[in-house]
Amino acid sequence: MTAISPNARREPMRGSTRAAALFTVLAGAFLAALAHAGLSGGTAAVRQAETRALVAELGLTDLALFTEARYTRNPSLADLHSAFQDGPLTFEHFPSGSLVAPPHDLGRGRIETPAE
Amino acid sequence: MRAAFERRRHLLDFAVASLLRRPAKNVGLIVVYALVVFLLASVMLFGTAVRREASAVLDAAPEIAAQAMKMGRHDMSTADDVAALKGLRGVRRVEPRLWGYLWDSAGAANYTLKVPTANETGLTVAKGESIIGEGVARARKVSPGKMLFLVSPAGKFLKTKVKAVLPSTTALVSTDLVLVEEGDFRAFFELPPAVWTDVALTVTNPREVTTIAEKASVKLPGHRFVTRADMIRTTEALFSWREGLALALLGGALVAFAILAFDKASGLSAEERREIGILKAIGWETSDVILMKLWEGLLISLAAFLLGFAAAYAHVFLWSASLFEPVLKGWSTLYPRFPLTPEIDALELATLAVLTVVPYVAAIQVPIWRTATADPDVVMR
Repeated sequence: MTAISPNARREPMRGSTRAAALFTVLAGAFLAALAHAGLSGGTAAVRQAETRALVAELGLTDLALFTEARYTRNPSLADLHSAFQDGPLTFEHFPSGSLVAPPHDLGRGRIETPAE
Repeated sequence: MRAAFERRRHLLDFAVASLLRRPAKNVGLIVVYALVVFLLASVMLFGTAVRREASAVLDAAPEIAAQAMKMGRHDMSTADDVAALKGLRGVRRVEPRLWGYLWDSAGAANYTLKVPTANETGLTVAKGESIIGEGVARARKVSPGKMLFLVSPAGKFLKTKVKAVLPSTTALVSTDLVLVEEGDFRAFFELPPAVWTDVALTVTNPREVTTIAEKASVKLPGHRFVTRADMIRTTEALFSWREGLALALLGGALVAFAILAFDKASGLSAEERREIGILKAIGWETSDVILMKLWEGLLISLAAFLLGFAAAYAHVFLWSASLFEPVLKGWSTLYPRFPLTPEIDALELATLAVLTVVPYVAAIQVPIWRTATADPDVVMR
């Protein structure tokens, strides 16, 4: 076996090896995210079951994300004359209005007469 | 087979060496690219997670909520209204509900006061007691056993002893709740005995919800009927990432990215053209030049995509989307602390990958093909 001189220069790492190393790390982070999402189901299910039980018990109708005004707190039960009830293009007072989209059936109402 | 593999590997070596010859520019490009992916992926992951959370928890919401309306404004429901709804065929239970809003100047926040109805599991409060949400406990710095004082707009005073704080795991729906006894509620808001805020209906056959809502609207034309599907759709519309403020953010990021891709597609720098000309002059095939440059594009775009997505996942699910909190909070002083269920939608992920990786790689191929097929002598000059 040929002895390697201590003074011999090391071959620099090939570009493809460096790229493979980098992508192994990045792909590892990506797969770790997927694995985390897959494994978090159990804890989340317990939390959601607790929240569902409270929603059923108290008859809650909306998430408590926008507590700044009555018509943002319960958007599904808001008054007809409240700000941005018909969509974000109506007058709004708060940033919440920019997150609200117009109702899907806006303008599609029709009058039905009962069959005689 | 091995020869073909080695050939491609050598092209990859050359591509990496070419990228490393301009480290600052390429690292900057990856960072900007990853930032665009991060922003898009964060909005996508957050929107999907909140919508799924809402669907999961609001699946237990009342099947129909009936609200009285007068002159387009919300009105109270009476005993006659409740009796009329009880007479509807297909309705299993009619539950008149008492709840309302209160602006609390001490906590500088809006609370939702509610009377819990008698249920099997029993969240019950006696006269002089209250059960509060974690947000109320934080805002007023109270805990079980301490007193909670509230003042109504009419100047009525309500003093309750905090019996319990609702679990923080339910904060997404309960952060601003104050549950009080019916007598306390009516006295506080000066309500007469036989009126209620609205009425919740439970139907025997869930498939008949729409039909029963229609029948009820004929019986009580002065009421409006909101079904569970309407409630879930409202939250879905709020967080659909294609709409509202999210679109404004995405629009800005996409325009910035389009400018970047256009800049690449409009032509190569003199140095890059000279490099390609030299490679052609020393005998490289046009296909090898294009493949080598394709490797460069793929390395940058895939690295940016993986980095941006991993960062977005950590931002949304490990740091609770803290960058979005100021936007979502708006003027709210009471904001729930809620964990989101980590979830990745395969279709949205694939769409994001296609929309961010493919256009960039495609955009850089056009000028490379033009230069690679030109005369090397002309290109080098």
